[in-house]
Amino acid sequence: MTTATPPPVAPTGDHHDLAIALFAVIVLVTLAITLWVGRKGGAAEDFYAGGRDFTPLQNGFALSGDYLSAASFLGVAGLIALYGYDGVLYSIGFLVAWLVVLMLVAELVRNAGRYTLADVLALRLRRRKVRAAAGGASVVVTLLYLVAQMVGAGSLVALLLGTSSPHARTWTIVAVGALMIVYVTVGGMRATTWIQIVKAVLLIAGSVLLTVLLMVRFHGDVGELMRQAAQHSGAGHRYLEPGLKYGATFTSRLDFFSLGLALVLGTAGLPHILSRFYTVPTARAARRSTMWAIGLVGGFYLMAIALGLGATALVGSAEVRHANSAGNTAVPLLALVLGGGNGSTGGVVLFALISAIAFATILAVVAGLTLASSAAFAHDIWAGAWRGRPRRRSLLRRGAVPASRPGAGPAGDGATDLATDQEVGVARIAAVGIGAAAIAISLFAQQLNVAFLVGLAFAVAASANLPVLLYSLFWSRFTARGAVWSVYGGLVPAIVLVLFSPVVSGTKVALFPGVDFHWFPLENPGIVSIPLGFLAGWIGTLTSPEPADADRFAELEVRALTGAGAA
Amino acid sequence: MPQQQTSSPGQGQRFDWWAAPAAATASDRTAAPGRPAVPGQSAVPVRPTPAREVPPAPAVPPAAAPAAGPSGAGPSTAAGSSGAGPSGAGPVEAPQPSRAVATTTDSTEVYRAVQRSAAFQDIRRSHRGFVFPVSGAFLSWYLMYVAAQAAAPGVMRSQVAGPVNVAWLLGLLQFATTFVLTWLYARNARTKRDRAALGLRWDTQDQLR
Repeated sequence: MTTATPPPVAPTGDHHDLAIALFAVIVLVTLAITLWVGRKGGAAEDFYAGGRDFTPLQNGFALSGDYLSAASFLGVAGLIALYGYDGVLYSIGFLVAWLVVLMLVAELVRNAGRYTLADVLALRLRRRKVRAAAGGASVVVTLLYLVAQMVGAGSLVALLLGTSSPHARTWTIVAVGALMIVYVTVGGMRATTWIQIVKAVLLIAGSVLLTVLLMVRFHGDVGELMRQAAQHSGAGHRYLEPGLKYGATFTSRLDFFSLGLALVLGTAGLPHILSRFYTVPTARAARRSTMWAIGLVGGFYLMAIALGLGATALVGSAEVRHANSAGNTAVPLLALVLGGGNGSTGGVVLFALISAIAFATILAVVAGLTLASSAAFAHDIWAGAWRGRPRRRSLLRRGAVPASRPGAGPAGDGATDLATDQEVGVARIAAVGIGAAAIAISLFAQQLNVAFLVGLAFAVAASANLPVLLYSLFWSRFTARGAVWSVYGGLVPAIVLVLFSPVVSGTKVALFPGVDFHWFPLENPGIVSIPLGFLAGWIGTLTSPEPADADRFAELEVRALTGAGAA
Repeated sequence: MPQQQTSSPGQGQRFDWWAAPAAATASDRTAAPGRPAVPGQSAVPVRPTPAREVPPAPAVPPAAAPAAGPSGAGPSTAAGSSGAGPSGAGPVEAPQPSRAVATTTDSTEVYRAVQRSAAFQDIRRSHRGFVFPVSGAFLSWYLMYVAAQAAAPGVMRSQVAGPVNVAWLLGLLQFATTFVLTWLYARNARTKRDRAALGLRWDTQDQLR
């Protein structure tokens, strides 16, 4: 077999010129999309929800584009290349999570909210502090996720371009941050969605191309692919069995269970995923777009498993680890081999192509996150909680009722328009501020483990956002106090437990390796903080001095299930 | 125009959602009693236009017709409630007093009335009746799968066929169940809820107007 040839460590020299050229093309194309689409109007409806006129197919691609970050494309395949079955285990949580989104969240959120997660809560719990809590939790989640993506982008682009200098990494982070600010402030949700669609199409097409080449190489024999992978993994048959990465001790297994729980429940609480459902006109369109997303995400992960196995079989675990200890370059290296090896035209072109797709993936995901974060800040914290005027909100509610085109309600009131324009302006400024903050934190946190940051973002989303969302949608007795307690009861333990985990102190790879104040044994807080979030919401509701507002719950329920009065 | 943008192949496959509101409101204003003909077809994939051209079914309208003032809202609520339940829920539970209030646009009363209606209760039951047990099932199936790596590594290692062992088989089954449950959910929503929910949506919005 071809595997006998010594695989390349990384392409060298002029091979990167093509990659740089393709990176430039992607930047130009995405900027062109932003400018072209951004002309279409700056109303709140356009900025937050992209005009609500995307089709389910388009939104399905955008959802999977938002979801399949570089961590998925390169990280999961790399994990499989290094740890075999344990990498597969990791990818399954990301997919099963979509069933929670589909069944419990997508349609109801689409009908009950306008732009953000907190809108759903505000429909029945008209309290500024509920909005502030939910908006704050959304900002925390998106910021964590954003930092994870940008730190990953820094090391990844440097890796793909073949430089290891810290300057290249720093400038990559700054450039990615600047680009995402431009996308969001100029193009809003419409441009962000189109960038996601373009990225998702590129990503799926690139994966299909590599998978087909791989299958041709192995004559369609998956069993042979698995045997070859085990043979070149250095672990033998253990490569195909559980335990290579997460099996050492009971603590590490428990840690993985905690991560699995966070992954499967966190997706439904990710603000940038939830806000995607507002870009389609109806709940049924939201359902169909989720179904598209499940098909695309599931198909993608199946291909990622094949590509991870292929990287081990054709490149070898040792070489993958040598190029990058986290395995992030497994897929580009596989592309190089499948294209004909280092030095061949096919190999160079394929390597550059896959690198460019990874770059597009990073850009698209950070844009989506920045938008969700700025929407949470401007719409929930600034307009809803800080400035929150009851008069304005009742006007908006009235305006959302008629059956004409959703969103194009008779918001002819001058004061409302002015307030909304002001809010969108704040959202644009917030995007700049959040982008700058993310750049600063990412530069500071360059040494942090990306996979840990992603897991943490999911854990916080599952602890702070999901309990309050599910209670609001399904529990008639839920009160404002329950909501506030639920958000903080999940958010605070998640953050505190991480502060006292081995990630921050006590180990060699910790954030502060010199000191040791950790007492929580797990890296991922999900297994504790998620139940605490649910528990706090329940206790807060039971101890609430005032009963739940049955009228508001009736409105929420009727709206969520039928779509009557939906924006 | 929104009509053009949203009638994508995926949307238009079974039901044109943008044609629906126009048709629904039109029929409410002009030939409202025609809508009770809908329940007879509740198992059929949604096709609203022909249903509204069927002449009024004699069984249902008399109870709702006397509500002269808010006539737009009256019969349609009855239609929605009987449209949801194949068991023939009938117009009895359509809350009469709330409709007079509806003309004064007290939206709270409308929402409360709709929430009490049998049509809405049916929609909610069919949603929760599917979603809660299935969510519990797939979450525990996933968590058991993850826990099995720690609890029963020996079982997970045993070979099934060729290089495939139990762990791989269960992992691939997770993919399979995810796709199957997605399809089952969509089928359940399409056949049990969509049509009734849409009818109730326009009825509610008519009352809110």
